Amino acid sequence: MARAVTTQHKTIATAAAWVVALLIFFPILYTIITSFKSEQEAIQGFNLIPSGTFESYSEVQQQSGYFKFFFNSVLLSVGSTILALIVAIPAAWSMAFSPTKRTKDILMWMLSTKMMPAVAVLFPIYLIFRDSGLLDSRIGLTVMLMLINLPIVVWMLYTYFREIPGEILEAARMDGASLWNEIIYVLTPMAVPGIASTMLLNIILAWNEAFWTIRLTTTNAAPLTAFISSFSSPQGLFWAKLSAASTLAIAPILIMGWFSQKQLVRGLTFGAVK
Amino acid sequence: MKLRTLTLGLLSASALAFAAHAESITIATVNNGDMVRMQKLTDDFTKANPDIQLNWVTLEENVLRERVTTDIATKGGQYDVMTIGTYEVPIWAKQSWLLPLDKLGDDYDVKDIIPAIAGGLSVDGKLYAAPFYGESSFVMYRKDLMEKAGLKMPDAPTWDFIKQAADKMTDRANGVNGVCLRGKAGWGENMAFLTAMSNSFGARWFDENWKPQFDQPEWKNTLQFYVDLMKADGPEGASSNGFNENLALFQQGKCGMWIDATVAASFVSDPKASQVADKVGYALAPDNGLGKRGNWLWAWSLAVPAGTQKADAAEKFVSWATSKHYAELVASKEGWANVPPGTRSSLYANAEYQKAAPFAKMTLDSINAADPTHPTVKPVPYVGVQFVAIPEFQGLGTTVGQLFSAALAGQSSVDDALKQAQDAATAAMTEGGYIK
Repeated sequence: MARAVTTQHKTIATAAAWVVALLIFFPILYTIITSFKSEQEAIQGFNLIPSGTFESYSEVQQQSGYFKFFFNSVLLSVGSTILALIVAIPAAWSMAFSPTKRTKDILMWMLSTKMMPAVAVLFPIYLIFRDSGLLDSRIGLTVMLMLINLPIVVWMLYTYFREIPGEILEAARMDGASLWNEIIYVLTPMAVPGIASTMLLNIILAWNEAFWTIRLTTTNAAPLTAFISSFSSPQGLFWAKLSAASTLAIAPILIMGWFSQKQLVRGLTFGAVK
Repeated sequence: MKLRTLTLGLLSASALAFAAHAESITIATVNNGDMVRMQKLTDDFTKANPDIQLNWVTLEENVLRERVTTDIATKGGQYDVMTIGTYEVPIWAKQSWLLPLDKLGDDYDVKDIIPAIAGGLSVDGKLYAAPFYGESSFVMYRKDLMEKAGLKMPDAPTWDFIKQAADKMTDRANGVNGVCLRGKAGWGENMAFLTAMSNSFGARWFDENWKPQFDQPEWKNTLQFYVDLMKADGPEGASSNGFNENLALFQQGKCGMWIDATVAASFVSDPKASQVADKVGYALAPDNGLGKRGNWLWAWSLAVPAGTQKADAAEKFVSWATSKHYAELVASKEGWANVPPGTRSSLYANAEYQKAAPFAKMTLDSINAADPTHPTVKPVPYVGVQFVAIPEFQGLGTTVGQLFSAALAGQSSVDDALKQAQDAATAAMTEGGYIK
């Protein structure tokens, strides 16, 4: 009897999980479906079966070449992630293994920068970029993306590092490892799953970042967010083209997320249960 | 071998010299059909000007507005040509953010620009932006439904006639709404329509001393008429409908009348996109016999920001894109119906254009019926038909738009909406130093 209840519970839980997953995924699915419709079909109300035209994709590619934007997105998201890790690993190490009484406050203070609306600092940042000649430059935007995601990276790494017993690092020190050797040869290999999932999450965050990437770029450094934004039209029908542009923009990150979902889920739930 | 090396070297050097000489200009624009067409036709410009390269930045209208405003206010110099509207031009020109366009070329023919449009883009007699396409608003209606209702649309209808026709055409059982109007909140959405409409009711945003006028009976008449009309004859959920939503409804045969931008005529009469393409008639925007019609005036225009380092190349491009030659180029490649409308008188005198665009005369009449320098029945201290050309208007217009949209949705009464609008406008004008 108990077994039957468990099976029943499992079935209900699985069904509920599917319903929730479908609900969450539905907007993306409908975007993909709409991208295969003509503009007229796209506005004619709810319809799950498209005519299967590639018209929007060809128009989107013709109007503004996808690959230039794609290349920038890859460069910015990967570049900013690597840069963030270079800064965040030592910072998280210090907070996890040599905490002071102010460590918690520093962590909270770092996170508090994420609570501020980005537009509040638009003008100062814009002026700094203008005066440093960084407007529309990949370097400037890479640094910017690194900075805005840094609090999350430090927090995640800090959580992972705290799971690693300090004794192992002490042992390495006893064996004569220098600080850098300790971080590079002992800590980093042990924290690889954590670092990998932080990396993946940060790439996704940087890929999807649409405030600064649109406002600090014009042509040279513009990534896929700017590409999508260019297909919305104040006068005229654009849903199918906008959907095609969105599908093209999210496809790479969606595929990457699909393949690395195990690492992502593991990373996100790491340390949640002790 | 040596000769080949030398030749290659010379070729590379000349290529480098050319690349160094070529000047690239960055153009910020919106994703409208006419703008997209212009991007496709730029070969014509670059062939004639091989030393100028063009970079395009296409953005959603609100993002574009925010981006170019940030750039021009900080003299960021990111753009050499900006696509801006009649709202921005007088404000930015007064701030010396734009360069006057006085080198458009001998054959440009500035006098050919429709006077109402040129007036909206000039300050102290100097043109600060060249119109790429211009529009007013008018009534688009279903001739078949009008006939069925036993009515005949006059060329210049009154609001009472519109109400009478809408009541008769509404057939909700068959999904037909007598009239579709903008309801979505925004200074460029419902407030463009309502401000233009209020002009024909004798209302105004401010009196000569910048005192807000939402507490006056003219505004009450405007908003009450609009809300009553939409409740009786408008589509469901009208408070979230903007241009595109109403376009879709009209194209699907769900609107008897639609009062909106003249540029919509080419969409609703396109048989590929519209189910009612052969049944559409056009009339001037309605009035109340007070001397002003409820139509607006807008022109997407190309301007050169004062911060650019490449003013000559930028102006050369502006001249090309807004010239008579460009109109002929579009006509030769894509037909006269696709030429950007509403900017040059010569286009409307062209027999081929008149044939290709049956709405041409009504568009020109509508544009000519709008006067941005004297937009209202009573005198006002501002310029602009469907907007007030002051920097505070974007924020204030959207706030008032939200209040009026809520009144349409039934979330507040007309009186409450007007009272709150009056309070919001008074606060904004006091803060801006217009009133004490």
